[in-house]
Amino acid sequence: MAEETKSIEIKKETPLAEEKTERIRERRVYLPRTDIYETRDDLVLVMDLPGADEKSVDIMLEKNVLTIKAYPTFERPENYTLAYAEYGEGDFERSFALSDEIDREHIEARVKNGTLYLRLPKAGAAKPTKIEVKAG
Amino acid sequence: MIYRRYTMPSIWEEMNRMQREMERLMQAFLPETGRVSTVFPAINAWTNDEAEIVTVEVPGVDPKDLDISVVNDVLTISGERKPEDPKDDIRYHRRERVCGKFSRSIQLAFPVNTDKVTASYENGILKIVLPRAEADKPRKITVKSA
Repeated sequence: MAEETKSIEIKKETPLAEEKTERIRERRVYLPRTDIYETRDDLVLVMDLPGADEKSVDIMLEKNVLTIKAYPTFERPENYTLAYAEYGEGDFERSFALSDEIDREHIEARVKNGTLYLRLPKAGAAKPTKIEVKAG
Repeated sequence: MIYRRYTMPSIWEEMNRMQREMERLMQAFLPETGRVSTVFPAINAWTNDEAEIVTVEVPGVDPKDLDISVVNDVLTISGERKPEDPKDDIRYHRRERVCGKFSRSIQLAFPVNTDKVTASYENGILKIVLPRAEADKPRKITVKSA
């Protein structure tokens, strides 16, 4: 992307965790559906993690790669057999490469109703600054 | 002829760009192959002789916005997922989550006792327990010897 368009380019997602490393957990890994949007000051990420609570979500920001992993609980009712299934049991994992600087000190994350809300404030340089035009 | 040498490459560049964009879009959906359904919300159903348990993935939906109804052996789940931040100065980079009203009906394995249906919601999963109607329960018939 050209230098002058100062947008946060999120590069190609890594498809699944198995690609580089082997997983030990015998569970499938799904790509969670995600909304990412940018406001003036923040980059906001909203991710569907059904079945996950605040304790079962891991968020890592290493250099500019943001990785989110979730290990939701999957309830299998006792003495019942699965008659029909549209969703499977598994973990969630997805990473994004952020091109803008993030203010690492003020990242906020919360999980509510099985959805992760992550607010990443833009660091000084990435923040748009308004230039005042004077008459004269 | 000279024109062509100048114009052709830019067309191919544009084609390549479009192709990359298409691939990116495809990739956003393809990894879901493990999950059978693309409809929202996804439903699982568990049964035994006594009852049926239906679990529904409704992340980001406030339980107050959920509506459940049962008529005979048809269960209808409807509701609304509200967008998180309805400000107007936002710019989307990814938009994969479906927001808005939804409604789904599924046929249950048997008629249920509608008075005893219970529902709970935890971490974006709705769980509905539907006990089988008494009249529909299998009865054991003993064979009398003559």
